[in-house]
Amino acid sequence: MNKVGTPDALMRFLQGYESLPGVADELKRPDGTLRPVWDPLIRYLASKSPEQLARSFARGDQYLHDTGVYFRQYSGDESTMRDWPLSHVPVIIGQDEWDGLAEGIAQRAELLEKVMADLYGDGELVRDGFLPADLIAQNPEWLRPVVGIKPRSGHYLHFLAFEIGRSPDGSWFVLGDRAQAPSGSGFALENRMATSRVFHDLFPKSNVERLATFFRVFRDAMVGLKGGDGGRVAILTPGQHTDTYYEHAYIARYLGFLLLECEDLKVQDGQLSVRTIAGPEPVSVLWRRLDSRFADPLELDETSALGTPGMVSALRSGAMDLVNCLGSGVLEARALMAFLPRICEHLMGAPLKMSNIATWWCGQDHERAYVLENLERMMIGSAQSTKLPFDIDRTTALGGKFRGEARGPIEDWIAREGKSLVGQEAVTLSTTPAMIDGKLKPRPMVVRVFATRTPDGWAVMPGGYARIGRDGDPTALAMQAGGSVADVWVMSDKAIHADTLTSTASGPLLRRQPGLLPARAADNLFWLGRYAERAEGAVRVLRAWHLRLEEHGTRNVPLVSALGDFLTTFGHDIEDPVPVMLLGHFDASVVCASKVRDRFSTDGWNALNDLSETARKLAAKVTHGDDAARAMTVLLRKTAGFSGLVHDNMFRFLGWRFLTLGRALERADHIAAVLAVLADEATPPGGLDAAVEIGDSVMTHRRRYTIETSRETVIDMLALDRENPRSLLYQIDILREEEEQIADATAQPRMGEATRRILMLQTMLAVSTSGQISSRRLNRIRRELAGISEALTAQYLS
Amino acid sequence: MSQSYDIKLRIAYRYDHPAGSHRTLLRILPRSIEGQQQLLYGQVTTDPPPDFRLDDVDFFGNPMTEVTHEGRLSEIDFLFEGRVLRRTPRDGLDLSCALSDLPRAVAQIQSIRAPSPHHFLGPSPRLRHESEIAAFARCCTRPGMSALEAVEAVSHALNDLFDFDSSATEVTTTPIEAFRARRGVCQDISHVMISALREIGVPAGYVSGFLRTLPPEGQPRLEGADAMHAWVRAWCGPDAGWVEFDPTNAIRVGLDHVTVGFGRDYSDVAPSKGSLRSEGGHETRHMVDVVPIEAKLTA
Repeated sequence: MNKVGTPDALMRFLQGYESLPGVADELKRPDGTLRPVWDPLIRYLASKSPEQLARSFARGDQYLHDTGVYFRQYSGDESTMRDWPLSHVPVIIGQDEWDGLAEGIAQRAELLEKVMADLYGDGELVRDGFLPADLIAQNPEWLRPVVGIKPRSGHYLHFLAFEIGRSPDGSWFVLGDRAQAPSGSGFALENRMATSRVFHDLFPKSNVERLATFFRVFRDAMVGLKGGDGGRVAILTPGQHTDTYYEHAYIARYLGFLLLECEDLKVQDGQLSVRTIAGPEPVSVLWRRLDSRFADPLELDETSALGTPGMVSALRSGAMDLVNCLGSGVLEARALMAFLPRICEHLMGAPLKMSNIATWWCGQDHERAYVLENLERMMIGSAQSTKLPFDIDRTTALGGKFRGEARGPIEDWIAREGKSLVGQEAVTLSTTPAMIDGKLKPRPMVVRVFATRTPDGWAVMPGGYARIGRDGDPTALAMQAGGSVADVWVMSDKAIHADTLTSTASGPLLRRQPGLLPARAADNLFWLGRYAERAEGAVRVLRAWHLRLEEHGTRNVPLVSALGDFLTTFGHDIEDPVPVMLLGHFDASVVCASKVRDRFSTDGWNALNDLSETARKLAAKVTHGDDAARAMTVLLRKTAGFSGLVHDNMFRFLGWRFLTLGRALERADHIAAVLAVLADEATPPGGLDAAVEIGDSVMTHRRRYTIETSRETVIDMLALDRENPRSLLYQIDILREEEEQIADATAQPRMGEATRRILMLQTMLAVSTSGQISSRRLNRIRRELAGISEALTAQYLS
Repeated sequence: MSQSYDIKLRIAYRYDHPAGSHRTLLRILPRSIEGQQQLLYGQVTTDPPPDFRLDDVDFFGNPMTEVTHEGRLSEIDFLFEGRVLRRTPRDGLDLSCALSDLPRAVAQIQSIRAPSPHHFLGPSPRLRHESEIAAFARCCTRPGMSALEAVEAVSHALNDLFDFDSSATEVTTTPIEAFRARRGVCQDISHVMISALREIGVPAGYVSGFLRTLPPEGQPRLEGADAMHAWVRAWCGPDAGWVEFDPTNAIRVGLDHVTVGFGRDYSDVAPSKGSLRSEGGHETRHMVDVVPIEAKLTA
């Protein structure tokens, strides 16, 4: 047993932790004594100085920062990212208690499956009076085109979440069912990673159930759904603008599944396929993280811009399985909870093992009367809402009062719109310790728990995603906005066998098959390469311009003016020392990278964001001349850091090759453009030296040619020298090599347009002498590069 | 009485730039309805022929045809050609229940299957609650009316209110826009009528179909005969069941109408819904021909 922390020290540490009367507390029993499962953690906390604790907590925050976990918040039209609000103290629940809870969850999951099968099958629950017909008919998530479809696997539901809380009597109850496209499991995993770093010396010794086992079982179940057909397993995300996109990308990487957007998918001959750089590839299991309604603009919501036309048809033809089946959102309506207790007895032959929040549908006379008599302890809101009881909107009444603007007596409202309203008991939640200003304080909490269907029944994740209220108010209200999140430790008496996702008989993880690169991802990587390089090129010219501006003190010198014109031609407004267009290039690279976060290293992502932010900061303060030139040097250094990460550390998978193609193409274009002006017969004095400087080849030139710069030496070195990584021909060699690799990997039947054009350009340059590379020729080469880009797009990227 | 028609429908799409990856959902094959109409023969085709085709029936029992065209095309035609036998609907005694009894009658129907009136109350994809339309509906009905009288009253009031104007609205015009403008085509007038009926508790749905192109001798030509037509069906109680009204022409639906399909609103029965990859715009034209077969066949 841990000897640190005398009883006195413990008492001192817990001083001020007062659980509220009539409220269950996770840490303390009603008699004020500590629950034994918390003992090791509290002793550990008590044994540390405030400075030590601060350092431990910072370790967790650093982890979250380094892995790029952020929280996207929406307010109006704006979305902002803020730091992940981790409450460092986990919620601890004993194994025995957890086992009972998990049984209740498994029962409820199976119950929801049966209800779903009935609502999309024979409709007997309505026929036999267990559910009112209008409640289902008016539910916008009950999707008529799905009625009559039987999923290929025989099951509608495969992955569910439940929001649970603990009532004052100590029992657990369900506040909401999450069946549409439950999020949070990946965040739970991230909370675990961070929390295990905070308690890096305590966690390994604690008998905390590991989460990896659950994810392995889930992954195996997903793969098992393929049932031997050759298709892929993929995750469907609404895209980077959704608040849980980070989680989608994270979990796709963790589980080794493809991350797709609707645009990646196509239904052809009744089969769902992903558009890849090598043509369509069948998808047979899709973990849907997009709301059903939006999944198919042809048969479902016709206004959806996100969907895949034909998705319902593909489901109907039985060529694939969706996790969960389309239409599962119908199970989330609040009003359903008024009927589930009775339906459970009917369908499962047993009462609910874990009750749900008491709910009364105001469309029934008796229930409506009850709600009216008990307005004081009711939350009244939309019957069809899928929000949790504490997600209060303007049309919610609580304790007999409207939350929003006054709308007359509540009684009238209920009488008028009873069918669309439910009353729910205003609940009191349990409290759990959170560290606030160096002291533990009780804060209300709810926990989201997760369940997945396996061949042996439902498996419940031992742990979950806890949300902690912002202040001490134990009513559900405190959970609305703000607050923090915490890990959940299920503590066993027995030693825990550490598990990881890879220690499994089901084979090694993350073996992606080459060739399975979605065309959209390849396109974003290609443009990431182009924009990042376009930015670098612009920075080089800007630096050269600012340096000469400083040197000459005026723009009315031929060279300064030529460089200025060059920048203007490329859209840069040189009245700004750091033109907006340059910031635009950095932003565009970040946007491209954000769309392929599952294929892009976190270090690379951070470096790119850092570049973009630095450029913005510098733009706000630097002035023309030396100041701006120095700023450009800073940006160049950071660019080199980013390039290093991408080109030295990234695995040479196909996506990387597209990134490299983009970069080489853009660099070739940039060099050609620079040479066409600065190596022209009519270049101003100093132009050739500027070209060499922009081409980053000053040292090389000096070593190579003992003579002064001449048109011949500059063209030779920057256009035709195969050894110079900045030369035009060097870029074309890269295009040739990478495109060849891609053509091989995608088994192109014969030489494509892109291959042909690259080969011709390469040959032309290889046999040219520097005298033949006129400015006219350079401009023709630039047009040819644009043609190559189009050919690459047509062949692989659309 | 009965009447047969030879019907031709052509929906022609023309694209500014050749577009690829077309997927189209067609609802243009007239359904057979027991006691009301029968598809004697007929088929849905496309020009050029599709790369993939699937014929099925939707939730409400309407025939639907799904087709795809993979290649780049600058024009596609969707066609229906066939013969439909139409019978006079029963419309003798008013068997409908009192308007005020309708909610209870609806509540007694414990079903979410296609014929259930529950689908046809409340909002649907293209119809939201609109208090102006609700006020209008209450204004032109009285609580003592039978459901059938109420439906008739709303239909007539709308016909008086609206000017038929095929240039005033588009397929995306919302019912409230048309209601405020008091102008529109059959789709708009039907949508407003459905909204109005739902507001007073009458389950109401949208019917798409055809009108005979040329009127019987001595009768005026009906509005809307040169394109596909739309009207309204309303549930008037367990005995009367579904009754159909054409508010554009202020008449009960009879021998001159041929049903293609029905649903909650236009979005359930749009004759063609499509998706494709293209850069430019497109143009659509509908061509309809509804020719009565001489009485010898159907006497």
